Amino acid sequence: MFPADDRALPGIIFDESAVLSIHDLSRMCAVDERHLVEFVEEGVLSVVNVSSEWRFTGDALRRARLALRLERDLELNLAGVALAVELIEELAQLRRELGARRQ
Amino acid sequence: MEFKDYYKVMGVARDATDAQIKQAYRKLARKYHPDVSKEKDAEARFKEVGEAYEVLKSPEKRAAYDQVGKDYRPGQDFRPPPNWDSGFEFSGAGAGAGDESYSDFFDALFGAQARAGGGRRHAHPGRGEDHHAKVLLDLQASLNGGTRSFTLRMPEIDAEGRLVSKERTLNVQVPKGILAGQQIRLAGQGASARGDGKPGNLYIEVEFQPDPLYRIDGRDLYLDLPVAPWEAALGANVKTPAPSGNVELKIPSGSHAGTKLRLKGRGIPAAQPGDFYVVLQIALPPANDEKTKAAYAALAAALPFNPRASLGV
Repeated sequence: MFPADDRALPGIIFDESAVLSIHDLSRMCAVDERHLVEFVEEGVLSVVNVSSEWRFTGDALRRARLALRLERDLELNLAGVALAVELIEELAQLRRELGARRQ
Repeated sequence: MEFKDYYKVMGVARDATDAQIKQAYRKLARKYHPDVSKEKDAEARFKEVGEAYEVLKSPEKRAAYDQVGKDYRPGQDFRPPPNWDSGFEFSGAGAGAGDESYSDFFDALFGAQARAGGGRRHAHPGRGEDHHAKVLLDLQASLNGGTRSFTLRMPEIDAEGRLVSKERTLNVQVPKGILAGQQIRLAGQGASARGDGKPGNLYIEVEFQPDPLYRIDGRDLYLDLPVAPWEAALGANVKTPAPSGNVELKIPSGSHAGTKLRLKGRGIPAAQPGDFYVVLQIALPPANDEKTKAAYAALAAALPFNPRASLGV
């Protein structure tokens, strides 16, 4: 049905394997590191401490980009962004469950 | 090119104040923002609203637009008059939104440079930008890995500096165990670098298509398994389609509708794999022949059974 293809691009699961520094994340989101610190302080992003340095999982990239879009397009302040991100994630989860039950 | 009535798009009067325009934008943006909206055409509507706001929030652009627009009706064929923009100063603040493409009408009035500041924010030298996309994936790809092809549309700046949308198809080895909401990274598949640096990466966010058999909850999979009343009551070994292939599942005697059987570690594979749950459904034989009717009647005669005892009736 889906033949193995040696020329196919190897994909890796980013969310688990990736351990990003704040510098990496800042480059990937094209945003100031200070802004990411604010996201962490507001609880939009969570960090893992590795020998007194912050590390982010790959999921933080998705959340940070979502937060930045909301902030920019809806002109939300930090607390508004944090709330919206939380609600959007919850909604996505509920939609997945609802979609599964509707079949 | 059609003339666009930005006031109509935003639903404000031509003499609306800045505060009214801002308020209208926020309301529409919340309604149509692709991250929060389930409206049809949300993305297209949001772009339209963003473009209108981009013009109307800026005093210079709004004045220029009003000057050009006073003789036009929406939808009317539009040609920008020569040197129409002389006498206006543009602050060049750049568009707010990043990945959007404005209409030809916008570009004719304000030029592609008006949005240049927005999309390509301070790119680090020597390395191409990362790209992001979303795809719908079948559950099998996560269970077994395998190659899937995705067709992605990518906005690109062409040689003349115009924003164009390019399609490309990628064959991707899907990593086993990817979950809904997670991202697949494809190294080097983002934008190429200016100069000889490394190209950026492509990140593909995954959602699952509905699966015909399984409900997906994180790493766990659920299957509704129909069983006959006597299989549930007396116990039985029944053939069950597990994610890894068919298995013989032992139904314990005394089971009922909703009984949940867990097959540990048979869900979505990972270092700590998910579980596979089988939820029993009781299937009744349809009583559409004499033999079945007689069997039901015999059961009724043999048993003093009140299924509504718990309701007090």
